[in-house]
Amino acid sequence: MIPPAFEYLRPNTLPEAIAFLQQYGDDAKILSGGQSLIPMMKFRLARPSHLVDINRISGLSYIKEEGGYLKIGGLVREAELEDSPLIRQKYPILFDTSRVIADPQVRNMATLAGNLAHGDPANDHPATMMALGAEIVAVGPQGERVIPVDGFFITLFTTVLQHDEIVTEIRIPTPPPRSGGAYLKLERKVGDFATAAVAAQVTVDPGGTCQKAGIALTNVGATPIKASKAEEFLQGKKLDDTSITQAAQLAAEAAQPSSDLRGPEEYKRALVKELTRRALARAYERASK
Amino acid sequence: MAAKQLVQIKVNGRLREATVEPRMLLVHFIRNFPGLTGTHVGCDTTHCGACTVVLDGKTVKSCTMFAVQADGRELMTVEGLMQDGKLHPLQQGFKEEHGLQCGFCTPGMLMSSYALLQKNPHPTEEEIRWGISGNLCRCTGYQNIVKAVQFAAGKMDQGGKDGQLPNIA
Repeated sequence: MIPPAFEYLRPNTLPEAIAFLQQYGDDAKILSGGQSLIPMMKFRLARPSHLVDINRISGLSYIKEEGGYLKIGGLVREAELEDSPLIRQKYPILFDTSRVIADPQVRNMATLAGNLAHGDPANDHPATMMALGAEIVAVGPQGERVIPVDGFFITLFTTVLQHDEIVTEIRIPTPPPRSGGAYLKLERKVGDFATAAVAAQVTVDPGGTCQKAGIALTNVGATPIKASKAEEFLQGKKLDDTSITQAAQLAAEAAQPSSDLRGPEEYKRALVKELTRRALARAYERASK
Repeated sequence: MAAKQLVQIKVNGRLREATVEPRMLLVHFIRNFPGLTGTHVGCDTTHCGACTVVLDGKTVKSCTMFAVQADGRELMTVEGLMQDGKLHPLQQGFKEEHGLQCGFCTPGMLMSSYALLQKNPHPTEEEIRWGISGNLCRCTGYQNIVKAVQFAAGKMDQGGKDGQLPNIA
């Protein structure tokens, strides 16, 4: 319940923060929303010697469209994503995702950036970002780099981020017309992590033929999983019950679930199939509006 | 051993300060002050919401925040609901509609409901249940809590004045 002792640092600027992270090395951790980190510290599973609180850094709280991208700042809270009219109307897959993360209080603190940087395969945004083909902008001592979300996640709690890098922005390419997406999550109770969840994003031509599909899975592996075979299968095919069901089957085969308190492996795999089916149907419906 | 830091937080309109270790949770900072034990510690896992307070207008689980993070900011606890000896419509509602049994979750429920009604003065039942989805109750089955919030929404509608309570005492 009581975390081990640590030193608390509160930089006012990004360069200050990065300097602290460099100075204190691997034992320093960024404190942003803290809604994953602090519970781990309370269990003493995480024991950083220094916490670098970045919450007072200005210029990281924006949601805007610019240059063909939706750009979300590194300190944007889940609650802001949930409340944003722009996201509700133009990027409903993001709205779907933010609102099933934890609960209202946690969403007031938790950030999209942290949800990605933490590297927990149970987190919801990674799959959605994969389905959208997002990019993650990180700033470190060497400056800024833009990291495609594919390949961002290495394994449990491990991403390609260096210990002295801070996620400053998430960029989502604005989907072309006739695009739609959806995120469907099954949880045991409100606020839980996913038993399984699926993000689906499609672009169709006027005839209903799929031009592009992004499908990714939450909490059925050590990282979020891109259902590449399912995506490739749908390309150039008319979206209907048959093709969607077949894609769902391919997505289920891509899953690597473990049996645990949320269910046995076969159950989770079957769940992925059904969630993919429904997510694709909803995505197609939204694309056709 | 980490250096202690001076933390100054306005709680229900009154400045509270203490010199604390960075690892002190906000909930423990609050509860240390006489008369501020209404904010409860109900779990280990950030699930139950009994520790919910309103920080700069937004609900947070005070068990999942360090006191040092709230330095210089303003927060409202359940003790801040009553004004000039008068119960807040939400408190009236929980009384009238039997919205509590053991009362342990109640402060958290009140703060979450308070924030909900600030943002959405006429919530549907579904919106109420969503608004308190970060607060667990083992006693009531939530039915009367929903009714209590509906009572309060109605009261604040009529009263107008009640609905304009400042964010902090």
